[in-house]
Amino acid sequence: MSTIESALRVETKRAPLPPRERLEQVFDIEGLNAIYGAKPAVKGVTMEVYKNLVTAIIGPSGCGKSTFIRCLNRMNDLIPGFRQEGTIRYHGQNIGGNDVDPVAVRRTIGMVFQRPNPFPKSIYDNVAWGLRVLRMKDSLDERVERALTQAALWDEVKDRLKASGLSLSGGQQQRLCIARAIAVEPDVVLMDEPASALDPIATQAIEQLMHDLKNEYSFVIVTHNMQQAARVADMTAFFSISTGGEGARWGELIEYDDTTKIFTAPSDKRTEDYVTGRFG
Amino acid sequence: MSAPEATAGGRRNDRLRRRKIVNRLMEGLAWLAAAIAVAILGIVVFSVARKGASELNLNLLTKPPVPFAPPDVAQGLGNAFIGTLIIVGIATVIALPVGILIAIYVSEFAGPWVKNAVTLTLDVLNGIPAIVIGIFVFGLIVVGRGQSGFAGGFALSILMLPLVARSTMEVLALVPNSLREASLGLGVPRWRTTLSIVLPQTIGGVVTGATLAVARVAGETAPLLFTSSIVGNQINWNPHHALQTVPVAIFELSESPSPDDHARAWAAAFVLMMFILFASLGARWLATRSRRKLMAR
Repeated sequence: MSTIESALRVETKRAPLPPRERLEQVFDIEGLNAIYGAKPAVKGVTMEVYKNLVTAIIGPSGCGKSTFIRCLNRMNDLIPGFRQEGTIRYHGQNIGGNDVDPVAVRRTIGMVFQRPNPFPKSIYDNVAWGLRVLRMKDSLDERVERALTQAALWDEVKDRLKASGLSLSGGQQQRLCIARAIAVEPDVVLMDEPASALDPIATQAIEQLMHDLKNEYSFVIVTHNMQQAARVADMTAFFSISTGGEGARWGELIEYDDTTKIFTAPSDKRTEDYVTGRFG
Repeated sequence: MSAPEATAGGRRNDRLRRRKIVNRLMEGLAWLAAAIAVAILGIVVFSVARKGASELNLNLLTKPPVPFAPPDVAQGLGNAFIGTLIIVGIATVIALPVGILIAIYVSEFAGPWVKNAVTLTLDVLNGIPAIVIGIFVFGLIVVGRGQSGFAGGFALSILMLPLVARSTMEVLALVPNSLREASLGLGVPRWRTTLSIVLPQTIGGVVTGATLAVARVAGETAPLLFTSSIVGNQINWNPHHALQTVPVAIFELSESPSPDDHARAWAAAFVLMMFILFASLGARWLATRSRRKLMAR
């Protein structure tokens, strides 16, 4: 065990990833800048995200992790004054441009948010509503059951599907949101700090289901919990805050590598400082 | 305890006592101010009810007025109550959909500049004196065509519009953004998100706002003087003609020499006030109920 690993007290031993050339790319991001008004939030991100892996984005508060992940399904389009530059190729197709329909992008790239946000509908309708609207109405009951089972929630709610989604506990609500997201069969699921509002047991349940589901989906997860990244992620990207003249601050991708490498032998000093707790 | 400390303690006690007295005094003044507001309402309702008591009966709502009638003839202001019903109905049918659509556009779709401009416009429109609206509609519709219930309803709808739009905007702003994101994140188009996720959250608030707006314009006199006031005494359901309304009837009866007419005006004023009171209470009840439903369901 290396010193970093023992300091973190996390298990990072896992089967080694195949070489990157043999992994299929989901996202190929090149020179991505995300700008609010005149203020850049993230500058010059270049990285790839691979299929059927869990990719974690870690870094201190304000480093643009959330802004970055919300670029991947055009969620930032809703913020007035926001624009992004650079290319995001999704299976080879640029989804960063203005000519792309963000609704179509979000249709295949789902999202789970920081705070559980179930609809004020029944548990069943929380999952079924998206299916109905997106015309996936065939065998609705089976689809709902499958999504809830995949989200490890079925056993807890199968007897009260008519109850409100808001009557569930925080952890259950978040799993309901995950069920809702995967029910519409996305290709990628983006998770923006999905466990930050949850207790450790609920967190563990969500990490477990990501692990179980990554054969079917690709996950990108933002977390400020390094142990979580070390536990669930195959690849980890470390973002940090860079400063320029006149108090300008923006987020930057510092290092992106196998999770094991990031946590045991980072090649950048800033990454090492962050994962060992000397900074942030 | 040494002497200087005792003095300091004494001064502190003095200050504490003074604060307590000031506190009591201010609390008492605030209580009095609140009591005055309630008392004024009570006095108004009571005196109006007392002066109108002799005419406060079902005939007031159903029978038309009979001028110069002997005292034993049953008469009332049925034409005015029916006219108000129709004219306020027309105003609501116009103002409600337009106001809600304005609010949806401004809150959900417009950019910040348009949003500020339209909000300001609505606030200014809300501040325009009702009589100016009356003159405007008089010039626009009544000149050349004559007075009608439609003209009156149109004038009242202009008064209702900012009330409905602003109250709907307020409830739309209360719908949490996370709910919109939840729907949009599934790949649901924006119009569908607004229609199926955002709007159902606001129904209680919209109904409340609409009820308050109805209550407010039901008591308007000035715009109706220009648009729907030259009327006969018979009961009329046809908005193509000018219709009598309760506020205009009160205004006209107050100028009559007959004390019976005065009593009828007071009674009509009492009914109008009760309508506004119960409409407001009903709106509040609806608002709390829908809010509770939203939270606890």
